[in-house]
Amino acid sequence: MRTKLGYAAALAVLGATTIAFGGPSGGSISGKVTYEGTPARQKPIDMSKEPACAKEHPTPITTETVVTGPGNALLNVVVYISAGAPDDPPPAQPATVDQKGCQYLPHVIPMVVNQELKVVNDDPTSHNIHPLAKINNEWNKSQPPRTPPFIEKFAKPEFIPVKCNIHPWMHSSFAVLKNSHYAVSSGDGGFSLPNLPPGKYTITAWHESYGDQTQDVTISGNETKTVNFVFKAKPY
Amino acid sequence: MAKLLALTIIVIAIASAVPVVMHTWVAPADVSTHGRLIDEQMSETMIEAGVSFLAAQIILAIFIWKFSSLRSDGKMRTFPGGAKGLVIAAIVLVGAEVLALGVFGVKAWATVYFTPPSADAIPVQCQAGQFAFYFRYPGPDGKFGPLHPEMINEANQNLFGLDPEHDPDSRDDIVTAEMAIPVNKEIHLLMHAKDVSHSFYVPALRIHQDFVPGLDLSLHFTATKIGKYEIVCSQLCGLGHYSMRAYLNVMSREDFDDWLKKQAALQ
Repeated sequence: MRTKLGYAAALAVLGATTIAFGGPSGGSISGKVTYEGTPARQKPIDMSKEPACAKEHPTPITTETVVTGPGNALLNVVVYISAGAPDDPPPAQPATVDQKGCQYLPHVIPMVVNQELKVVNDDPTSHNIHPLAKINNEWNKSQPPRTPPFIEKFAKPEFIPVKCNIHPWMHSSFAVLKNSHYAVSSGDGGFSLPNLPPGKYTITAWHESYGDQTQDVTISGNETKTVNFVFKAKPY
Repeated sequence: MAKLLALTIIVIAIASAVPVVMHTWVAPADVSTHGRLIDEQMSETMIEAGVSFLAAQIILAIFIWKFSSLRSDGKMRTFPGGAKGLVIAAIVLVGAEVLALGVFGVKAWATVYFTPPSADAIPVQCQAGQFAFYFRYPGPDGKFGPLHPEMINEANQNLFGLDPEHDPDSRDDIVTAEMAIPVNKEIHLLMHAKDVSHSFYVPALRIHQDFVPGLDLSLHFTATKIGKYEIVCSQLCGLGHYSMRAYLNVMSREDFDDWLKKQAALQ
């Protein structure tokens, strides 16, 4: 009898461990974001009025409203689950935006509702970060050089254009999302949304200049579905 | 105590006149065709105002020194005609001085503001906005495309609000963050503010003109020396005012043409 109980307990522990650590945890969605047509040419930015920043870019950086890669890849597209997944609590790790060389790094910063956003100034000059929020509270904060990072949060889902009130060329976007199932298209336009339980999902791809597109996807078991998005590029 | 006050007034007056007389803080060397007149006017004004200032302070000190010991029952002489005469005399004296400065100064002022630019002056538009200056050249067609303020978008560097898709004149416009001009050639500067008041101040050019929101202002000048000069905003315009500046690059004609071609390729 004791032996049977012992086996049962051992099995239960093993089962729990499998679920918690490393067992197959559902399907995934991956794909590529591309464009068709001619995107607007990105213009070089002249930072001569801020010599400390100009010095950091021997070759001037360009605007980032449309960033492309080889094979018509479209970068900086936020791909996320807009319907079908439960809302997630904010992750413990903060999202980070770094002001370096009078540029926001990265250019698009996704985060979950109420997740901490750490704002860092790595420049020897002052910045005044200004998220132009419409649904969340709008604010702007000055950050002189060598001051510690500060933390902010956004309480509602929203795509927020961000600018610097001191350096007119500095722009970025915050994507405040309801759950952690998101990705930003990288160098080849690729993205991947892993760890999706079976279910019916609406996938949205959002680009700061070209708007958004959605597709419905049903995941069953551990399958990996491929979803591609194609945006229509405009020369102006 | 009153005598100490009189001495203090004299010391302060002389101490503040010393750096002016000694030319301790001089303006940068003038590099414009109209600057000489401005400088002459400036020094006339300084001499006149300086002599008046010193005279007024010294007379004040003498009066304090001389009459401070007068008892309250002592007799005091009055200005001929009483207080009324004194006020009229002061108004006439100060009025004549201000009027004279205006009459003599108008010559310097007129070279920049009251005469039109020559027909072949190079037009350059300057837009001031929080907290940067941007410049626009009309390109090979010689025409500035129309402005659409609602299309201003700094994220894609559409800084002036141009619509090249629909306005052919805008397609060859050249927008820059640095102002380059050829030496010894008249420039017609067209100024407008994007948001609040700013100022276009180039000490070496002896040009100091405010931008007024809603007003299209213009002035003309000729730079006479190749070099790089600072353009600063001298009108407190907000949080980043301290960092609002641009550079004026005066070049040879050949260098300017090359520069313009390079800028055109970057548009």
